[in-house]
Amino acid sequence: MPSKRIDLTFPPRQATKAITYHLVKDFDLVPNILRAQIQPEQEGRMLVELTGSKEAFEAGIAFLESEGVAVREAASDICLDEELCVTCGLCTAVCRPGALSLAETDATLVFDKDKCVYCEACVVACPRRAVVLRF
Amino acid sequence: MAKSWEEINARIASGEAVVMTAEEFGGLAAGEGVTEAARAVDVVTTGTFGPMCSSGAFLNFGHSDPPIKMGEITLNDVPASGGLAAVDTFIGATEPSKSRGIEYGGAHVIEDLLRGRAVRLRAIGPGTDCYPRTEIDTWVTLEDLNQAYLFNPRNAYQNYAVAVNSGDRALYTYLGTLLPHFANATYCSAGALSPLLNDPAYRAIGVGTRCFVAGAPGYVVWEGTQHNPNQERDANGVPVGPAGTLAVIADLKQASAEFFSAATFTAYGVSTFVGIGVPIPVLDEDLAATLALTDADITATVFDYGVARRSRPALARVTYAELRSGSIVVDGREVPVGPISSLPKARAIAEELKRWIAERRFTLAPPLQRLPLPGTQGVNPLEIRTEEAI
Repeated sequence: MPSKRIDLTFPPRQATKAITYHLVKDFDLVPNILRAQIQPEQEGRMLVELTGSKEAFEAGIAFLESEGVAVREAASDICLDEELCVTCGLCTAVCRPGALSLAETDATLVFDKDKCVYCEACVVACPRRAVVLRF
Repeated sequence: MAKSWEEINARIASGEAVVMTAEEFGGLAAGEGVTEAARAVDVVTTGTFGPMCSSGAFLNFGHSDPPIKMGEITLNDVPASGGLAAVDTFIGATEPSKSRGIEYGGAHVIEDLLRGRAVRLRAIGPGTDCYPRTEIDTWVTLEDLNQAYLFNPRNAYQNYAVAVNSGDRALYTYLGTLLPHFANATYCSAGALSPLLNDPAYRAIGVGTRCFVAGAPGYVVWEGTQHNPNQERDANGVPVGPAGTLAVIADLKQASAEFFSAATFTAYGVSTFVGIGVPIPVLDEDLAATLALTDADITATVFDYGVARRSRPALARVTYAELRSGSIVVDGREVPVGPISSLPKARAIAEELKRWIAERRFTLAPPLQRLPLPGTQGVNPLEIRTEEAI
């Protein structure tokens, strides 16, 4: 069964709806939530991996969009361009899962891809635009 | 024990000078004591590599035939000043591109020049008897330019703020992305390696000081803009927040993109990382005592950037050792923290200066004029008022 990573943005008042419940119950999709930040009355973000048939996936996406959720394909890979990176360390300040950190010994940048949830906070934060997404 | 500038320069010239980075000197002093470290070491090198918006370059293009008096000037579509002589300009680091906005700015133009890339120069002029041409569209490289020198009105900040955000939404600032509800903190100083934190009373660093600027040998030419010697200081005389600054100059043709790196802060603007390093002579034990300070001895103040006013609330005081650990405590909360000023680059600059001195390529220059000292000037605010109110 194919899987796809998608990035969902919920408008402020939509964030309380049981969206994932409907994806499972009505569309037979298996959601694996990689990251979610949802608070009442605020815009929400959810990074989710959906597993299911192509038809179920398409129907599920149509349902999400009809509910006002913005759907975007999430990156399949994220890389650090070492030519551009100046090891300032600013990306480590926004990396909540701790995938980006500075080595204790020499303060060089360490990227532990296994911890990365593709939230893309580092992509936005990097002043050198050295974090590159691949789709 | 006291050493003169002349004695130290003589030791550099004879190849006998003992030179250490500020980190190495701190380690030596911790082991052997400040007196012994001051006796053993002649020069301590410093370094910093953080974003400094107040940076830019003066360029002279030479004259075309027929010549033009350049008014509106762009370099790779980034506006540069037309307010100088016919073919002189100043390109400021933070100027955004007319077509690409803040993703490409003056700093990127300078970095492209440093990388040897050709840059598109377009200008229009009024057309005068001596400068009849009214427009020009051509390409230039760093090599072609008659003069190209960095002139950075404010670099090498002596300490800076630690930023947090108490608000409900993420803030996009010159200190990076500040997550809401104190979810992160950022800071921007080389700490124990920072030039002016090693000479807090501006004894060795002043107008005329030779230094490392973006990979080139350069000079401190004036106090930097917003130089504030009156910032609150700790028991060692070290400022606990943004204080002194330096205006520096250096030949762009001798500089390197390795130490001048353009930056874009999302939803804020263009800036540039600039590498600055200053060698400091170990003149006496007093100066050695501040050169020996480590990240555990130097503190910075945490400010709430969630309050968008000139004076932001100060929430805590933390040491650079705590900041380097990756988390600090603010109001009882543990807050993850990340730097903006590159420690590996700061170390590389201090090492490079050591090499320059060891190879006798670089001697020290005593200040021709001191920087404004504590107790003199502060920083004036800008009041919004009418002409009549003055």
